[in-house]
Amino acid sequence: MSLKDIIKPKFLSGNDRDACTCATRHLFNFSRMWGIAVFLTLLVALVPLISMTLIHYKMTQDAVESEVHNHTMLLVNNTWRSVSRFYDERKNELELVANDYTYEDLINPNKLANILINIRKSHDAFIDLGVINSSGIQVNYAGPYTLIDKDYSSQESFENAVKHGFYISDLILGFRDIPHVVFLMRCAMADGSFFVLRATLDIEPINEMLAEVDIRGSGDVLLVNNKGVLQTSSRYHGDIFDKVSQPFFDKVSQSLSDYSFEIQVVDCKNSKGEMIVVGYGNIPDTPFILMTVQQKTELMDRWQKTRVRLFWFLLVSITLIIIVILGMSTYLVNKIYIADNARVRSLHKAEYSNRLASIGRLAAGVAHEINNPLAIINEKAGLIKDMFTYQDMYSKDKKLIGLVDSIISSVERCGTITKRLLGFARHMEPSIQSMNLREVIEEVLSFMEKEAEYRSFTIDLDIPDDIPEIKSDRGKVQQIFLNLVNNSFAAMQDGGRLSIVVRHEDKDYVSATVTDNGCGISDTDMKHIFEPFFSTKLKKGGTGLGLSITCDLVQEIGAKINLQSVVGCGTSFKIDLPISLDKERK
Amino acid sequence: MRLLLVDDEGELVSTIAERLSFRGIDADWAVSGEEALAKAETEHYDIAVLDVKMPKISGIQLKGMLEGKYPDMKFIFMTGHGSEDDFIAGSAKDLYLVKPIAIDTLVSKVEEIFKT
Repeated sequence: MSLKDIIKPKFLSGNDRDACTCATRHLFNFSRMWGIAVFLTLLVALVPLISMTLIHYKMTQDAVESEVHNHTMLLVNNTWRSVSRFYDERKNELELVANDYTYEDLINPNKLANILINIRKSHDAFIDLGVINSSGIQVNYAGPYTLIDKDYSSQESFENAVKHGFYISDLILGFRDIPHVVFLMRCAMADGSFFVLRATLDIEPINEMLAEVDIRGSGDVLLVNNKGVLQTSSRYHGDIFDKVSQPFFDKVSQSLSDYSFEIQVVDCKNSKGEMIVVGYGNIPDTPFILMTVQQKTELMDRWQKTRVRLFWFLLVSITLIIIVILGMSTYLVNKIYIADNARVRSLHKAEYSNRLASIGRLAAGVAHEINNPLAIINEKAGLIKDMFTYQDMYSKDKKLIGLVDSIISSVERCGTITKRLLGFARHMEPSIQSMNLREVIEEVLSFMEKEAEYRSFTIDLDIPDDIPEIKSDRGKVQQIFLNLVNNSFAAMQDGGRLSIVVRHEDKDYVSATVTDNGCGISDTDMKHIFEPFFSTKLKKGGTGLGLSITCDLVQEIGAKINLQSVVGCGTSFKIDLPISLDKERK
Repeated sequence: MRLLLVDDEGELVSTIAERLSFRGIDADWAVSGEEALAKAETEHYDIAVLDVKMPKISGIQLKGMLEGKYPDMKFIFMTGHGSEDDFIAGSAKDLYLVKPIAIDTLVSKVEEIFKT
């Protein structure tokens, strides 16, 4: 089977000449068979593949997303620990000062300055230290600014510290007009009154801490208060004191309303509608929320590559499966188609041969039955003639004798016809015998002579006397010539010329050329002329089997057939018959 | 020289017999094998002209019966099938004529047999 047959198989072209698409079209719908085979095989092959790929896709996506969340969780957790520890340590240092020193020590300017120096040794985040009495007046101060006697009584931070004992403020500008964070610690005195130890922390250490966080691409680490105001400068979400206006903050603030310290990671959309992964957690004892914001596409970069590979794997697999299934289905259905075609052709040929044999038997029966009454007529007429001849009373009536001769002549003609019929029918049984080709051809032509006469055909026979006898199946040779002559008669107009030339040019073969001056055969038709059911006379009663069977018969007796034709000029069939069929078969 | 013509077509054999008589040949006829055997019992015949296909007793069978009783009797077959193949069952030396037969051919065959 050629590539052309696979790409465009015959069974899809719906050729009317094909047995299966013509005589038994309703039984052999090969296009439908092919379609069902392709559909079912594709269904069985592709559904599991696509399902497994989708499941794998989903599982991998979930795994990568989970990994992204875990990674974010780890990142936020580590940063959260660092920031929390920073504030916790500063709070502890302040507690230590409150516990180690009395109010009198702390309101001593020199001592407070020394204390500030000492705690700055452990961490230089402390900018200054102040002592505020219970009335809210800063009674002592150590630091770079002049803030003694400043009144904090009306400030929320002072009130919160008095109320809760400890308070860390949001980022504020304060009297110094520089962003800072204030720690206030309520300290009880022996007489039941209290004072508030106030420390100011630089935000730079926190900034540096957050800047060192290893976050990819357009990711950002934010420290915001519970109102969404940035407490540190950020890379992409604004500067300090800017409010984070992204919609994801609402989601974060809602989930943190219960002051949970659990680290959480959520998928959100930013103001551009892009998917982002937000990790966050409350910093204990502070109003701060630590947040990491990362583009999901960046985090899922490894997944994107896997997804592309998965897509190409699926595409290539589907393409290969489709190609293989189409190829295999086409190949197999074409094989079935060819086998069915051959089977149907064989059945048709067998039917044709049986029909011919039946006609032959019928002709033989009719001829035999006619022979008896013919014989009686012949003998009665002969008796009349004998009476005319042998008895004087009639012998002189020439007209009567002429009439009797005419009857006898007609009977002889009928006898000749019945003999031919019987002879022809007898040769339908297969048998190998020596034969004179002239006799065979003349016998065939004798059946056609009346039609030739009516249609004014001229028949030229050129058969030299030295043509050797051939040994073959007489019935098949007869059939071959009968079909060729029939074909020529059908192709010719009235008055046409048919010639049969026999030559012995090859020592093993005798060639017979049957030439007519009929309509000829076009190049396109010539390619199909020996195919079964091909006929240009289908509407005029042609079966399309004559030349196909001729071709088969030619092969069966080891002969060869060649065809030459010119449209409008005529057609010539040349048959090379082996002199000895046995030799050819060997 | 006497001939016995046997054929189930009585019209045929009676006419042939009459025509032969015009040519100086004495011919009798029968329309079945049984009648032929009966006539052969009472009359002497040199040659039997038999139709191959006849009901009950075929020409081939009749020849066998007559040949057994009358070894000198010669036979000519008539057939409507027009083929030597019909005589495969018979003797290769038997003569045959295809219906409708020409009377002159029959006469010449008879004379030929008689001479041999």
